Amino acid sequence: MSVMNHRSRPGGAARGARTARQRSVRRRKINAVVFALPALLLLGALVGYPIVFAVVRSLFDASGEHFAGLDNYTEMFGDPATLKAIRNTAIWIAVAPALLTGLGLMLAVLTEKIRWATAFKVLIFMPMAISFLAAGITFRLVYEQDPQRGVLNAVAVGAHDAFTDASPYPGARTRGSQVLEAQKGGGYRTARPVRPGDSLTLGLVGLKPTALPATAAQAKTASAAAGAVTGTVFLDFVPGGGGRPDAVDARERGLPQMTVELVRDQQVVGHAATGPDGTFRFDAVPDGSYTVRLPAANFAEPYGGVSWLGPALITPAIIGAYLWIWTGFAMVLIGAGLSSLPREVLEAARIDGAGEWQIFRRITVPLLGPVMTVVFVTLLINVMKVFDLVYIIAPGPVQQDANVLALQMWLVSFGGGNNQGLGSAIGVVLLLLVVPVMVLNIRRFRRSQT
Amino acid sequence: MTTQHTAPVGAAPRTTAAPPAARRPVRLTSRLTAFLGKGLVQALLVVVALVWLVPTFGLFVSSLRPSTDNATTGWWTALAHPGGLGFSNYSSILADSGITHAFWNTVLISVPTTMAVVVLASLAGYAFAWLEFPGRDVIFLLVVAMLVVPVQIGLLPVAKLFGALGIFGSLTGVILFHVAYGLPFAIFLLRNYFADIPREMLEAARMDGGSEWLIFRRLILPVAKPAIASLSIFQFLWVWNDMLVALIFADSGSQPLTVALQSQMRQFGSNIDVLAPGAFLSLVVPLIVFFAFQRHFVQGVMAGSVK
Repeated sequence: MSVMNHRSRPGGAARGARTARQRSVRRRKINAVVFALPALLLLGALVGYPIVFAVVRSLFDASGEHFAGLDNYTEMFGDPATLKAIRNTAIWIAVAPALLTGLGLMLAVLTEKIRWATAFKVLIFMPMAISFLAAGITFRLVYEQDPQRGVLNAVAVGAHDAFTDASPYPGARTRGSQVLEAQKGGGYRTARPVRPGDSLTLGLVGLKPTALPATAAQAKTASAAAGAVTGTVFLDFVPGGGGRPDAVDARERGLPQMTVELVRDQQVVGHAATGPDGTFRFDAVPDGSYTVRLPAANFAEPYGGVSWLGPALITPAIIGAYLWIWTGFAMVLIGAGLSSLPREVLEAARIDGAGEWQIFRRITVPLLGPVMTVVFVTLLINVMKVFDLVYIIAPGPVQQDANVLALQMWLVSFGGGNNQGLGSAIGVVLLLLVVPVMVLNIRRFRRSQT
Repeated sequence: MTTQHTAPVGAAPRTTAAPPAARRPVRLTSRLTAFLGKGLVQALLVVVALVWLVPTFGLFVSSLRPSTDNATTGWWTALAHPGGLGFSNYSSILADSGITHAFWNTVLISVPTTMAVVVLASLAGYAFAWLEFPGRDVIFLLVVAMLVVPVQIGLLPVAKLFGALGIFGSLTGVILFHVAYGLPFAIFLLRNYFADIPREMLEAARMDGGSEWLIFRRLILPVAKPAIASLSIFQFLWVWNDMLVALIFADSGSQPLTVALQSQMRQFGSNIDVLAPGAFLSLVVPLIVFFAFQRHFVQGVMAGSVK
């Protein structure tokens, strides 16, 4: 534009225009500096310089006085806490992004045909807006061990008890007498061989009288009968004291609903259950030597749910909370990609008789490839840096079991470790992990500019 | 569903030769399976929705219960007799000056940070898009590279720097750190948005003798409103929800709500009457922002999927 101006004007005016143009170019350069400088200064001082500083600092020891070469980096793999953090971060990287992308794809496809899709998407996306702290507190409540308080274990126990009867006598034991002995794997069995015609008195203690079922009645010594094994299982304890061990006394009650097994040569040959007075009976028992046992199921502790916040499950539990937060992100992005798919292609496939699954596998997923890659890579970067959620959800004693690199970096440099050399090295490793994505971003940007 | 319906209709002309009696059952069964399939999908999605809703709902109910109830029974038992629920936990944490102070700190950190990021990034974004200066393209590539730099790398060095400057532990320090780590994405987003503004528009304004500042204010900023809105919301929530940066750079006087609450996590279980309403207090603002500016927020997140 200005070139044309310059040509159209004669002599002195042209020179005037040129200096004016030069002036305006110079002014624009000054402007550029004024416009860009504040941001660039801040970036240089708080992002650029720290990177250089951290790299240099990672080559020095904890005190910062002695050059340590790559010692901090080798120490990362020698120090058990950091090694655990590296392993857990690897688990996060391997599991979370793939799971989330899959979940997002599934929900995006399923919601496509639902009328209340928008409400659903808003609900699933909502956790994206809240802090990891609030989400962490929320999930500490969800994962609470006590089924009376943690909703997940309440559900687990409810489901468990719906399929398995609760055991009637947790904690019951023998008096250490000669009649019953503990057997491997729990439960009790008779110490001496039993023959048809015997009547047994199997006394147990260790139960509060109030813990007995309401049906429990005064225990009765079972009458012996030829060709039958009979007996009584009872609470061998008289409230207030007195009473003989291994004998049925007045005011001692039977233990009803107890499972009793008759065993011959390691084979269970008979089942019985005790009545309200504690008696049981096996009829028509062929002659021979037997053992009577009270299987462990009678004495099992009640099912207490899953130990979500214990050392074994803590990382999967935290990943669960992370899924709750990020699924909406994956779903919305993939959903946007889905709605921009060429409808004609899908319709054409349908007309040609392709099934829904075939269309999904052969057309939808390949076309969604680029969107899914973006989702996956974004999650990958975020997963590497996960900190708050682990810090909040893992209770103090299992924090080490849940440790991840970003948390370990904090622990080592600020949270008591006070080893800034190692802390810097972990920071540098976190940076190195994202370098491929950095290169990818730059490439993508340059391609978009040409 | 609509797409599924159109398929048989579209396919109908091909099968006109078949007798109607033969066609009917086929269409009935396919309709039936479609109906059942849809029912199954709906049921599955309802379950998923419940799974997503229950944790937050549980937190909310817990926040309304007395601490003695929370210590002994689950929140769901309160649903049977909701008369025992009340806002007394809220009034007691709102009477706690430590919590209210922390809440104001959260506001005092997130609002200035958001404003600073928007102002600095739009200025820089304009310079990168429309002004020429030496090294512009290389510097911009550096900014692109900074998009994914984890904050962890900056924590230690910047803590030392702030210590030397005497702003470690102050609101200023927390804000500066947030601004610096918010800038790369903000500049990237706005520069790309500005660059899409037609060149003729800008040249015309320059011909008219408008100064760069005037062009920036009167032309660029109004056009870029949607991008700036998305960026502001995204940035605001990011800082509002932060815990890590404040955990390091704030002291007890400048700590935001997230840090004040995390210090209570050690006694988790006995202080749900503080943590649950506290967590709700911290998430109610993001939720309001989310529901009020849903579209902008989603767009911001989608644009931010390079970060």
